[in-house]
Amino acid sequence: MPATPKSFPDRASSAPAKPALALAPHFAPMSARRLYIFGGIALIAAGLLFGDIFAVFILHQNAALQGEALIAASRAVAAGNAAAVNDVFSHLGNVLEDRGTKVDAHVHMIGAGYLALLLALVQPYIALSRQTKKSLATLFIAGGVFLPVGIFLIHYVGLTGSPFTAIGWASVLADSAGALLILVLIVQAWGFRQYLRSRQLSEPELPALERSGDSMPRRALLTGGTILVLLGFLHGAYYAGTLLYEHERMETEILQRLINAATSGNLDVVTTEVNNFGGLAAARAVNIAAHSHIIEFGLLAMLLSFVQPFVFLSEKWKRRWVKLLLGGSVILPVFVLLELKLGLLAGGIADVGGLMVLVGLVGMLVGILRYSGGLDVENYVESDAAEGAL
Amino acid sequence: MTGSRKLLIFGGIALAAFGMLYGLQYALFVEHQTLDHMGGSLAQSFAAAASRNLAQSQAALEQYGDTKYDYVRQVDAHSHWIGLAMLMIVLGVIFQRVNFSEGIRQLVAFSLLAGSALFPLAIILQTYHHGAMGLKALAVVSSGLVIAGLTATAWGFARPRTAA
Repeated sequence: MPATPKSFPDRASSAPAKPALALAPHFAPMSARRLYIFGGIALIAAGLLFGDIFAVFILHQNAALQGEALIAASRAVAAGNAAAVNDVFSHLGNVLEDRGTKVDAHVHMIGAGYLALLLALVQPYIALSRQTKKSLATLFIAGGVFLPVGIFLIHYVGLTGSPFTAIGWASVLADSAGALLILVLIVQAWGFRQYLRSRQLSEPELPALERSGDSMPRRALLTGGTILVLLGFLHGAYYAGTLLYEHERMETEILQRLINAATSGNLDVVTTEVNNFGGLAAARAVNIAAHSHIIEFGLLAMLLSFVQPFVFLSEKWKRRWVKLLLGGSVILPVFVLLELKLGLLAGGIADVGGLMVLVGLVGMLVGILRYSGGLDVENYVESDAAEGAL
Repeated sequence: MTGSRKLLIFGGIALAAFGMLYGLQYALFVEHQTLDHMGGSLAQSFAAAASRNLAQSQAALEQYGDTKYDYVRQVDAHSHWIGLAMLMIVLGVIFQRVNFSEGIRQLVAFSLLAGSALFPLAIILQTYHHGAMGLKALAVVSSGLVIAGLTATAWGFARPRTAA
């Protein structure tokens, strides 16, 4: 039945400036680029959500458990009970593993998402067949999902049923997924080498900033992202230059004083030193978290600037999501740093910052889903019309 | 594609793959043992103190400090290699917008690549020579290369478009 192609969506208020099909060659149905963009944003959003949940419900409680364990170990030292000390440290190891694997799962999920978005950008320069690229994209997203899942499960699976002395099945899953990501990257590098020899783009490049009609969100993301990354670098350099070595020295000094106090049975000093130890751990954690988050958000903003032409929302809503994302990207690291002075209030505001980034990201993902869905409908209508004409 | 973009994209992909390979071998062969050793040293330090063997307690505590020093740097090197590599790939895609001559762009790209490769390397080498001034200097210089490269890139983005 003949049909007339029409623009979408129907509501003019939410229509973007350009016809959807103008960018169709850049975003073919079920292409590698589409998989990388959807998968990448989904992985980043899931990683951010997991990080926020972890920060609110686990992080501080876990730090309290560490302090309690150190007090218990000191009491055992004061009582001269070496067996009890070992029991306490066995428990402390579990507490630290619980925290460490969750942090690692959060970091690796987001990292894999970033790499997926990066690979979406460089697909035109990867001289491989369309099917190979699509298979690689599927493998990459699968690896990006299983790597953090495997890391998360390490604490719960442990060495159950494992033939190895130190590595459990969850580690095997995580390591295998990591190897899969490496394999995909190596094949991509080989494809890039092939491109350098042939000089033939395998698909259209993403639209340039200058040609984009909706350049404000892209420019804001690109400029804001670059500034955030630069600020993160400067903060990292400051931390490494002035605090890193001092903090490392302080840790062993505090522990030494703690042990001495426990040995002499002075439990008041023990409590003071445990508090000092907790304060030092917090100072290190907030500095490292601020450094890594501001750079990650900067990189995310830069990456998202490339996919803006595919965000099928009105200019007003695009700007809103960009402002929300950039605002959250500043609020989270700044208030993480202020946690040392303002305590949990700053922590709560930082969590809200993380949520702002997450909401901005999901808003953009919804726009991309609308774009791809509409594009597929137009393709379908066009092919239907062509069949009808025959 | 210009030489500076090639340098950043190819260098970035290669560095990301290398950083991941390094992380994989570390996770497979070193990390679990290191974490066991780190926790074991601290536990041993407290246990020795409980037995009133303060010399052994102090030795174990120093071992804990050394092991943690190494662990932190190994993980940092892995994450910095991959993080910097991702930044290079992103910049490689848009490097034609850095409004300098191609010669300067290549210099900036080389600065970014060299700094991104050497900075984590300097961190790792510190685990073999704790506190070595030469390696600290290498870490400072290489991180300076990355910061200078990124500053130049931001400046290049901000400059008005010319025919260059």
